[in-house]
Amino acid sequence: MTATEFSEVFSLCQFLPGANVVNFSVVFGSRVRGVPGALVCFIGLVGPPFCIVLALGALYARFGDIAALGRILGGMAAAACGLIAATAAKLAEPLVRSRVFWGFGIVLAAILGIGLVRWPLPSVLLVLAPVSIALAWWERR
Amino acid sequence: MKPGILATLASHFLVLSVLAFGGANAVVPEIHRDAVEVSHWMTDQQFADLFAISQASPGPNILIVALVGYQVAGVPGAFVATAAMCGPTCLFVYFAGRVWNRFRHARWRIIVQAGLVPVSIGLIAAATLVLARAADHTWVAALITLGTAALAFATRIHPLWMFAGAGLLGLAGLV
Repeated sequence: MTATEFSEVFSLCQFLPGANVVNFSVVFGSRVRGVPGALVCFIGLVGPPFCIVLALGALYARFGDIAALGRILGGMAAAACGLIAATAAKLAEPLVRSRVFWGFGIVLAAILGIGLVRWPLPSVLLVLAPVSIALAWWERR
Repeated sequence: MKPGILATLASHFLVLSVLAFGGANAVVPEIHRDAVEVSHWMTDQQFADLFAISQASPGPNILIVALVGYQVAGVPGAFVATAAMCGPTCLFVYFAGRVWNRFRHARWRIIVQAGLVPVSIGLIAAATLVLARAADHTWVAALITLGTAALAFATRIHPLWMFAGAGLLGLAGLV
């Protein structure tokens, strides 16, 4: 893969829904060896971590009610929450820097609708995505 | 295992799969809504624990769905949830990968993507809120969240160190 090809496939995976790395492995594999290549790359990327996560899930189901483990996981859950906050902040940085003010409104609406009111995701997306795309179009018109 | 629970898992994650603009983190609030609030498959606490496990393990963070599937219906549940969550988008991306060059620089493509970015950010921020409600019951827990967020945002320290530190604080009974 050349650098141009890489950024081309990467932009595709950012554009489509789903886990970016998983999508990337599928396109990469399909370019090297078609369907079998895509399958092998997918299994190679997801398979081993899937087994690890499954083992951890089994341990959790078996020992999850041990007090000490619960306390450790309690701390880790707080940290995991912080990591997601940092991800959101990193993604929001370019938006803040380029002063895309309508974007702040969309971000806020998603936080309210999904995070606070807890509306179902499909309905919120059905409204928010077209509005946001229309605003992006209006900005570039 | 209740009959039809695998079908429920499959249909739930098939829908989420095509809505996951912004990746796995963006659909965390919806997974939580369904698993905890609607289907009552697990408690808030269990969801927060499983999320922490998925984040601290290696591999794509989409594997939270494997843990939810496992919790609900054992190993078959994990397989079904993961296949349903990855299947549609993988097929989608496989075919899109062949025609992408034709659309990559198209105006509509750039506008659609620019429109989806703030939506994804909002969804991931909402995930933070949902997880904070599930995980931060004490001041120390809230401080761990703030501290981890600041460290992950401003430094390149590996997240595993943060998990180790937070886990130790938890073990010490401070959380």
